[in-house]
Amino acid sequence: MTEFEGVEGLLRQLAPQVLGALVRRYGQFGDCEDAVQEALLAAALQWPQQGVPENPRGWLITVATRRLTDELRGDSARRQREARAAALLPPDSLVTASPAEYPSPQQDDTLTLLFLCCHPALSPASQIALTLRAVGGLTTAQIARAFFVPEETMAQRISRAKQSIRAAGARFSMPPEDERAERLRAVLQVLYLIFNEGYTATSGPELQRAELTAEAIRLSRDLHRLLPDDGEVSGLLALMLLTDARRPARTGPDGSLVPLAEQDRQRWNRASIEEGLTLITGTLSRARIGAYQVQAAIAAIHDEATRAEDTDWRQIVLLYELLVGLSPNPMITLNQAVAVAMVYGAQAGLDLLRTLAGDDRIAGHHRLDAVRAHLLEMAGDHAAARSAYQLAARRTTSLPEQRYLDARAARLEEPARQPD
Amino acid sequence: MKYVVLIYNNPATWEALPHAERDRIMNIHNTLIKELTASGELLRVDGLTHPTNTKTVRLRGGVPVVTDGPFSEAKEQLAGVWALDCESIERAIEIGAPLAEYDTVEVRPLMDLSGMEM
Repeated sequence: MTEFEGVEGLLRQLAPQVLGALVRRYGQFGDCEDAVQEALLAAALQWPQQGVPENPRGWLITVATRRLTDELRGDSARRQREARAAALLPPDSLVTASPAEYPSPQQDDTLTLLFLCCHPALSPASQIALTLRAVGGLTTAQIARAFFVPEETMAQRISRAKQSIRAAGARFSMPPEDERAERLRAVLQVLYLIFNEGYTATSGPELQRAELTAEAIRLSRDLHRLLPDDGEVSGLLALMLLTDARRPARTGPDGSLVPLAEQDRQRWNRASIEEGLTLITGTLSRARIGAYQVQAAIAAIHDEATRAEDTDWRQIVLLYELLVGLSPNPMITLNQAVAVAMVYGAQAGLDLLRTLAGDDRIAGHHRLDAVRAHLLEMAGDHAAARSAYQLAARRTTSLPEQRYLDARAARLEEPARQPD
Repeated sequence: MKYVVLIYNNPATWEALPHAERDRIMNIHNTLIKELTASGELLRVDGLTHPTNTKTVRLRGGVPVVTDGPFSEAKEQLAGVWALDCESIERAIEIGAPLAEYDTVEVRPLMDLSGMEM
């Protein structure tokens, strides 16, 4: 379910290789990227009808190179003539490049491209858009649809991102050794953001966004293949797999959110869980520990519990302590408070929440109110819980979360209801 | 995150402005629209017609009751809506501020259909 098949899958796999080959030869990342995008679009139209050429990579490189040279000559009229002519030719007649002319396909440029697209000169939104297009091989229209913005807006964002890369003087080469760890962190962050954009989607018009989840997993797999010994790369891939496994159960048929404790665990994806477990178990025993690995370990414990009440919360509390030490962050403390409450009681969780009171990063955030509401409900203080749910519902910017929080608040209004 | 910038003004104030001043303000708008289009932060811009063109509709007993003029009796009426997709509300405020010279600007996040389970 995380693989793309047919022509589209092939094109996505080839996109970074073709772009890498062009940039190596001609430099000018921005123009090359446009040319590759045009070649991908041409292939997406042509291949399903005429068949995939014998050397698809060579075909794409040849077409992209022609687009690039036309672009550099500014001869748009000829370009249009050629595009029409290309559409009439049998696929393989376009392939003229000899294999020696371009670096071998074994030389994988995916990593270099990821570093370039996640360059620190770009905003996160631009990093995401450029990564999906240049490395993921998605079209501007697909990316725009996934993020609910007009195609022109997304096109502008991508073109601005490429300008920023040029302005920053960034080159198509691996970052220096001493910057690599920091730059890899940015790449992982971008992949995780792409994953979450897709994962948090609910239903209906959002369905297209599930593709983002699959794309993030695919790119993380590529990265893991290139850097098999990096614990955090493995950790992120495991975290995605173990989280995505729950996607079939996390929303109701009407798009409403189903909390972890109430999910139908039969509907979790066993294959993803197995793969994630194997990955994280192998990694934890040999790699230097990092935040993605610990989050994956927490997800693994949830996924291993056949029933919600079988969850090993003690283990989860320990992992959260480790996680807070690795990357102190109020959002993590929020989740930690829930785990602490499960082991030591609601009051212990509420005490931990109080330590966040003066933290500007989370003050006024609806998730703080939502967790407080949940813990107050656990503690049996239904009036306070209801107010906190209502406050969270007013503050959230998510419609499904608001529905969920409103429903929780309404449940506490039933006078006959006994505490759980 | 997606935001709307809602621009409210008093049409009388606007009508009383000298032509050159109106042109200056419109220039600020147009320059900003160009900048935001180039940065990929602008989703759309809509200017509203004069409030006198408003029809207010109420459904009463299943029958639409239509009256002329805006619902709100305030002097300041909605005059424009900009939809943005930008990094933070701070950025949205920064974008909206130059539009608030004679007008009042509200910045509000839009509801998202995505959600995290609680």
